[in-house]
Formats: sequence, structure tokens, C-alpha cells
Amino acid sequence: MQLHLPPYQQFTLRNGVPVYTIEAGSQDVVQVEILFYAGLWHEDFPLQAATTNFLLKNGTRTKTSFQLNEQVEYYGAYLNRGCFNDVANITLHCLKKHLTELLPVLSEILTESVFPEDELGIYRNNQLQRLNINLQKCDFVANRLMDVYLYGEQHPYGRFSTAEGYEAITREQLLSFYEKYYVHGSCMILVSGRLPADLQQQLESCLGDLPLKGKKPGEKTHAMIPAQQRTYRIINDAQGIQGAIRMACPSPYRKHPDFVGLQVLNHILGGYFSSRLMSNIREDKGYTYGIHSYIHSHLHEGSWHISTEAGREVCEAAIVEIYKEMELLRKEEVGKEELDNVRNYMIGGLMGDLDGPFQIMSRWKTYLLNELPDHYFDESVATIRNMTPQRLQELANLYLKPETFYELVVV
Amino acid sequence: MIHFDRFMLDNGLRVLVHEDHDTPMAVVNVMYDVGARDEHPDRTGFAHLFEHLMFGGSKNIPDYDEPLQRAGGENNAYTTNDLTNYYCQLPAKNLETAFWLESDRMMELAFTKKSLNVQRKVVCEEFKEHYLNKPYGDIWHRMRALCYQVHPYRWMTIGQELSHVEKASMEDVRSFFFKHYRPANAILVVAGAVTTEQVKGLANKWFGNIPSGEKYLRSLPAEPVQTASRHTDVFADVPANALIMAWHMDARLEQGYYAADLITEILGGGNSSRLYHALVKEQKIFSALEVHHFGSTDKGLVALESRLVDGVSHEKAKAALEAELDRLINNAIPEAELEKVKNKTESMIVFEDMSLTNRAASLAHYELLGDASLMNTELDRYRSVTVEDIINTGNNIFRKENSNTMFYHAGKPSHA
Repeated sequence: MQLHLPPYQQFTLRNGVPVYTIEAGSQDVVQVEILFYAGLWHEDFPLQAATTNFLLKNGTRTKTSFQLNEQVEYYGAYLNRGCFNDVANITLHCLKKHLTELLPVLSEILTESVFPEDELGIYRNNQLQRLNINLQKCDFVANRLMDVYLYGEQHPYGRFSTAEGYEAITREQLLSFYEKYYVHGSCMILVSGRLPADLQQQLESCLGDLPLKGKKPGEKTHAMIPAQQRTYRIINDAQGIQGAIRMACPSPYRKHPDFVGLQVLNHILGGYFSSRLMSNIREDKGYTYGIHSYIHSHLHEGSWHISTEAGREVCEAAIVEIYKEMELLRKEEVGKEELDNVRNYMIGGLMGDLDGPFQIMSRWKTYLLNELPDHYFDESVATIRNMTPQRLQELANLYLKPETFYELVVV
Repeated sequence: MIHFDRFMLDNGLRVLVHEDHDTPMAVVNVMYDVGARDEHPDRTGFAHLFEHLMFGGSKNIPDYDEPLQRAGGENNAYTTNDLTNYYCQLPAKNLETAFWLESDRMMELAFTKKSLNVQRKVVCEEFKEHYLNKPYGDIWHRMRALCYQVHPYRWMTIGQELSHVEKASMEDVRSFFFKHYRPANAILVVAGAVTTEQVKGLANKWFGNIPSGEKYLRSLPAEPVQTASRHTDVFADVPANALIMAWHMDARLEQGYYAADLITEILGGGNSSRLYHALVKEQKIFSALEVHHFGSTDKGLVALESRLVDGVSHEKAKAALEAELDRLINNAIPEAELEKVKNKTESMIVFEDMSLTNRAASLAHYELLGDASLMNTELDRYRSVTVEDIINTGNNIFRKENSNTMFYHAGKPSHA
């Protein structure tokens, strides 16, 4: 089966910001993503990165939040922003015919955002309420705690939002983060879809003269302080009828040579519908609606997670089964048929994933952020195709060790 | 413009083909004309439970997922109050695998005890995860029962209560299958790197010999026009007060549907929408709000779901909301604002149609509604909505006697 990741085109704006483009698709739509090194990794105060990102489009020197949104929505476009552990972005989706009218909005929010005190106040109050609601949910509480166990609560990957954090965040903290990481921030621009012929000129004229930087910022470092205790049982809601089970351990991340092999192993464990965990814990025992495993690959660390919500009375039985499945993968080779299945499933999935310009770009984004070589995709496909039962067992013995897993149930 | 060909097998199975040779993939979508509205009031949740059983093995194939994955495919399914839809995507060169799998389970399920036992438990856990073990999870169970007195939209697809799902018997399963899962009640859509000729051949080969079954003729009790406003109070251990309102609106194919859809956009679509701007940002009465409608085949609901800023009373919030609704129905909407929501609708359609899976499901859905080619005239219908239509439809929907209100009261904040 021919599997090919269409290559990107690249050019550099006058200010040095690199632009990557993918021209594909049959619908006349465009996605422009500006990706900043402005994630939690870079903040000095809790919630500084996320709050700055959220309020980017809530007012500029000349426009209110309402006016900005109205301008975008008039053209049926979407202007989204997102803040993650390592990076943060601003993404514009629009019909190709409207791009010219909308690009100036991007430059406006990258030069003139003012973060009105009133907007911050509304955001703070509404987020506080939302946090209180989320804290009633066992899955939300469990996810946060697991990251703390893995990384420590001071680490950007382990840190979480608190009422104190929302109370303490100030407009000045937002403005200083904005100046450093957006106005003068390091970024790359990713454009995909059906592209106008004069895309480069349009980007030059809107963004090419801004004081943005194309180079990665100097790296901050953060110390990981993993928890000593391995096992936790927490009652968050005495009346709860399900428990959120979370198990996780540190694992190789994207740049590690074992990463792709580990993804094959992860699929077999809990990464698709016919995985061992699904077959056993859902399809055989009926303990849960779904159980999944996945590898979180951050830019600087990685972790392997198993996650499910199960009936309160069967949580402990489910955990016993999870360890059994791990042990089986360490003790016995995966059968040829099962390996064929997962291999074909992964390759077919890659093929389906590449169906559309945004999806193609999303894959390149991962590679660009991780500074992987252009042939990474082809190598990954080869690794999947050439995976053997012996190699999978080796990987299981290297990385699927119960003594390295944290184990948590939140009811 | 979405192109398609359409033909019918001798057993009554309707087949649509949408060729797209820009992709190496194919999508096979089977939609059955049965949803939660077709359930007996004492056996709710059954259509959805049944959807789970469709993965528990068929007459000649013990496991549906494995052969599909081996062919590089992925699949899923969903049940709504109106219909049940199954779809898979796989490399087009393996298309026949999907025909083999889908036709075998339309021919006959394996009906194993084990599958029924396990899936009853799985669905109960799904019920708990999404509705019972979650703050505000009961809102739509209660709201549906308030809004609909006789129409089976009274209950949710997951079911009215756990016990209905727990009681489902093998006999129920069999009779449901042979009543609803027959070619006469199904629509097959094949999309992607395929040709109509190829699909004709495969459809006849794999589906042609399945007994037609009886065409299911639906006769559901129509919901009487609501004549007085309804109100309910709920007290629960949640951190914030919530206000939920719902109003009856036109059915999917009725004239007022398009204006109602645009009205939900005007009121709650995006950060420049009226309610978000006035009530969240300016007046700071609501901390979160959402306006949507159910898009249902029979007469549906326009719904507002919101949470209130701490310390704001339900009465004050409702009054502020009604002031905004009055403004909508008593004044002509500015042309530019109407243009905005039409533009949003246009781009929503374009973005949705990017995905082959969505195109296949939409074709099936419109065919189920009566004619797949409706898909290509949708945008014109939205474009033709006038300022007057908005006023008229708005007046019709937001009548006091057409309203259903829930005050959801926050209990003790035990998790502060």
C-alpha cells in the first residue's frame, strides 16, 4: 500500500518567521495557524500563559472584544486560540475568498491587544465557577493528580489551575507575557488548504514587519520532582458510583528511537478498539464503557497512561486485570495475527489521517516542533511494517514495568 | 455540489454512491430507519443498546472489528432519537471487506447471550459515566420529560432509567432486529475512491439476497401544541445555579426550521452573538451559555442552557434573557447581522463537507428524510430566509405558553 506524506513548501518572512504551507483538498478553505513558544513551559506565574492566550482577542487599542469577534464571525470564520504545555497558538479558519479581509485581524491582535481589566475580571469569575464544577468530576481530579505524581506540582507538565491562581493573576502579568512571548515572540506559521496565489505577499504585508522572531527562544529548564508514593485511593465524592482509574509511568517521547515501536505496543495494550484492555475489561467483563492507553509526548518528557472510568465496585478488579495484561505482554510474544491486525490498522489509520490538508499539516506540525527530519514519516511507516513479536516483547520488558507505574483511583 | 448516484436493490435496499477520486479511502455508511423514538415506553434505551450488540458478532463472522482492522479500517456508530448509523472508513482497495461485514450483520446477528450480558453492563457504565456520575448530568432527562408529554422524544437515547437497559431480553433483541434491521428500512452509502458500477456489483453480490423485510411504518403520537408555560425546580449538590429553557420548534422539513436554526446562531453562536454579548459580557448575569436546537426529524426544541454568575437569582436571569428575546421578536434584525449568521452557516457546511465520512453520513441522512439531493439545496434555503421570517418564526417560538423552564438550584458547595 503506497503511503506518502505530501511535502510542505516553505518560505521565510522579512522578519525571519518561517512559513510552512500545504496546498491540498477540494473545498475552498484555508487554515492559518501561528504557533508560539508560549506554553506553560514559559510562564513565570501560574495561569499566566493560559490567561494571556485566552484573552488575546478580548480587546485591542481600537476595538472591543465584541467588535473583533463580530468582524471575524461576519465572514463565517473561526478565530481560535489554544494554550498547551509547550506551545500556544492562534488559529484562523475561513473560506479562501475571505482570507484577505481576515489576516489583518491576526496582525492587530499580535500588536495591539490590551487585556482590559474588565475582561480579565469576567474571565476570572467564570473560570473559578467552572473549576468548582470540574472539581466534582472524578476524571478531572484524577487527570490532574496523575500529572502531579509524574512531574511534581511545580513543573509545567504537572501544574494545575487553582482558585488561588485565578485570584492572583494580574493584568500586568498578562501584558509582560504578551510582550515577550507574542509581540516579540518566537513563532512559526502553518498554512493549509486551498491557498491564494499571492499568499506570500499577503502574509508579508500583514505579518512580515512585526517584531516576531523565527528562532526558537533560549530554553528554560524545569526540575521534575516525581512522587515517591506509587499507589493512591481518593474519595472525591462519597456518593460517586464510578471510579476514575489512572495508571501512568514515564516513557520515551517523540524524539526517542523507541517511540514508534512503543506506539505499536501501546495500540496492542489499549490503543484501539480490539486492544487487550478493551477486549478484556470492556468486551469480556463489562466493567467500563471504555478503557484506553496512550503516550503523552511533550517536547521535553513523555509518559504512558492508562485511563478508564469503571463501576465503583469493580475498580479494584479492573486494576488486577490491567496488570495481568501488562504481564502477558512481557511474558509472551504477541501472535502473528494480532500483530498483522494492529499493523494494518495503524497503516490504514495513517492513510485516513492524511486525508485532508489540515490533517497533513497537523502531522508536519508535530515533526517541526520536535525538530524531526523530513523522512521521519517514512521511517515510522517502515518501523510499523517491520515490527516483530520479539521486538515488541523486548519493548514490553523495557517499558511496561508495573513497579514504574503510579496507580490512582478517584471516586 | 455533492454528486451522487442512486439505485435500489430488488429487496428494497436504497444505495447511494458518491465518487471522490482525490482520496485513496472509501467510506461505507449504513443508516437504519430506527431510533429511540421507536421504542416502547417501558423499554427505553433499546435502540442504543442494540447498536452495541451489532458489534457482538454476526451469523458467519464472530467479530466485526478484527477483520475490518486487518483491512486497515476504522469504524463507529451512533444512535439518535431518530436513526441509527454505522460507518467505516478503509483503504478503497479493501472495499469488499466492508461489504462482507455489513451485509453479514444485516443478514443476521449471532445473538449470543454473552454479548447481551456484557453490553448491558457496558451501556449501564456509559449511562453512569455520562449522565449519573456527573454534575448537571440529569438536565436533559428531566427537560425532555417536561417538554414532551406524549411524543417519544420524552426520553433520551441512552434510556429513561438503568433498569430498562438491565431488563432487555434476548427475545426483545431478536424481534427488534427482524423488525428494523431489514433492507427495506436501510440506506447504504458508499463514498470515496469507488465507482458506481463497482458498487452496483458489490451491493447485489453481498446485500442482494437478504430478505427484504417489512417496511416499518411509523405512527408516533404527535405532541399536542403546548398551551401553557411549564416550570420545574431541581435541587442538587452542584456549585452553581443553572437556568435551562426550551421551546418547541418546527420539524426538520417544515418551513420554520431554517429560520429557527439561524435564530439559535443569532442568539448564541459565537462570541459576537446577542446573548453572549449582552448577558455574559455586558450584564455579567450568566457565566456560560449555549443556545442550540435538536435538529430532530419530528418537531424539535430550541434550547438554552446556562449557568448563572454566583449570587444572581434565577428570576433576574430569566428576566434579562426574556428582554433579549423580546428585542429579537419585536425589532427587525439588521441586514448585516442576518448576513453574518448566513455566512457562518455557509462556512459550517463547507467545513463539514471536507470530511468524506461526513459527506457519506449527510447523504444517508437526507435520503432518510426523503431525498439525498436536499443536501445540495440546503444553503439556498438558509440564504432565502428573510428579516420577516426571523421575526415571524421568533414570535412563534418564543411565546410564553410555548416555554419550558428549569431552575437548577445549587446545593451545598461540598467541594469548595
